Amino acid sequence: MGQPRLQVTQLQSPLAGPFSLTLAAGECLTISGPSGAGKSLLLRMLCDLDPNTGEALLNGVPRAAIAAPAWRAAVVYQPAEATWWLPTAAEHFKPGQMQRVMELLPQLNLSPSLLENEIGRLSTGERQRMALIRSLACAPQVLLLDEPTAALDPDSVAAVEALLKKELAAGLALILVTHSAAQARTLGHRGMTMRDRTLTESAP
Amino acid sequence: MSGIAAPIQPGAVDLAVASSLVVLNAAISAWLGLRMQRQMLWSALRMVVQLLLVGLVLRWVFALASPAATIAVALLMIAAAAREVATRPAHGLRGWAGVWLSTASVGLSSIATVLLALLTVLHPTPWYEPQYAIPLIGIVLGNVLNSASIGLDTFYGGAVNARGAIEAQLVLGATRNEALAPLIRDSVRKGLIPIINQMSAAGIITLPGIMTGQILAGMDPMDAVRYQILLMFLLAGGSGISVTLAVYLAARSITDERHRLRLERLRQR
Repeated sequence: MGQPRLQVTQLQSPLAGPFSLTLAAGECLTISGPSGAGKSLLLRMLCDLDPNTGEALLNGVPRAAIAAPAWRAAVVYQPAEATWWLPTAAEHFKPGQMQRVMELLPQLNLSPSLLENEIGRLSTGERQRMALIRSLACAPQVLLLDEPTAALDPDSVAAVEALLKKELAAGLALILVTHSAAQARTLGHRGMTMRDRTLTESAP
Repeated sequence: MSGIAAPIQPGAVDLAVASSLVVLNAAISAWLGLRMQRQMLWSALRMVVQLLLVGLVLRWVFALASPAATIAVALLMIAAAAREVATRPAHGLRGWAGVWLSTASVGLSSIATVLLALLTVLHPTPWYEPQYAIPLIGIVLGNVLNSASIGLDTFYGGAVNARGAIEAQLVLGATRNEALAPLIRDSVRKGLIPIINQMSAAGIITLPGIMTGQILAGMDPMDAVRYQILLMFLLAGGSGISVTLAVYLAARSITDERHRLRLERLRQR
């Protein structure tokens, strides 16, 4: 066992915490719990989007030693409803990411032609899968997913789960917030439950 | 006098006759049930009292001709404009940050443009001659205030509305400058529109106020026009500096060193 990929100790904000957890490379931690329990707050603190105190280490390097944009490019958070800020999906990718995007699209049953469509013309499910591609195109070391399959049909759910399994095998560390017990069993190596802004170990 | 008649000075009776138009407005408001008659009369009364006081103060400051008095009046005007910029937009920074931001943007832009005009273009003797310095800073402040408050209104409102889009870029590793760039551009652009409109409409759609005033006061139209052109350039410069400064300072103020969006630093009015 080497260095953990992500290690946080006593992570706390005025709204939630303290949270402590460790995540190894290739490991998937699933988090379940009722809406409003603080799951999204935890993910926002992990990617340093909300002010928080406590210690966070990425591959043993303290967060304070890593510039915030670099931290967030390595610890990527994908909210339950991804926002798009440009007219088409294609415009959200950097030129260097396009090769990877083209590899990922068929794995999620998406046609490359969707890249050039107006975002508003994509279906909710297409947008949700496109958001996962947008997150993976950053080549994150840790991915924080908030209900990535909530709006998907069973085939698409299976495609997303297959892709995530492949990414995990390639070394991605994943924290997955999901309401689906089946998905937690399929992907999770460990499970935790969030209740009243407190995190406890549970079965995946 | 080359065909220009001596200026006609309106007297108290003339002003009273003209004020009947405000009374007419109030009557229309009452008739249509607009409930603006009180506001109309009150603001007209305020205007009269404010302008009479300013006239007295200016007469006194002009007579003093001391740099200290001129600077004191200029600072007072800047403080009033800064207060307006801090309170006018629908959102503002909590605490002293908002006051500091508006004072810096309004103060620096107006002082820089007026000093430039006094020292390199008009050069009155002495350079702080209040008859030039004070009207100049007054008209520059009026424009600078407008640009800065439009820019800030657009920026703060945009940041609140586009929170999701800004954070979506931040979570993918964008810096705060990258994530806010479109909003910053849009806000500065909006703040510059009034002065661009003013310049392009000048002379065709409107006769600018200063020029009109000078012509009414007996100045040759071409001299008045030259003054107006100079002023327009000053106003354009002042507007540009103030809105840019205000929006960039605002962008710093609602983000932190960890490139997070800190909208809790804003309060809604």
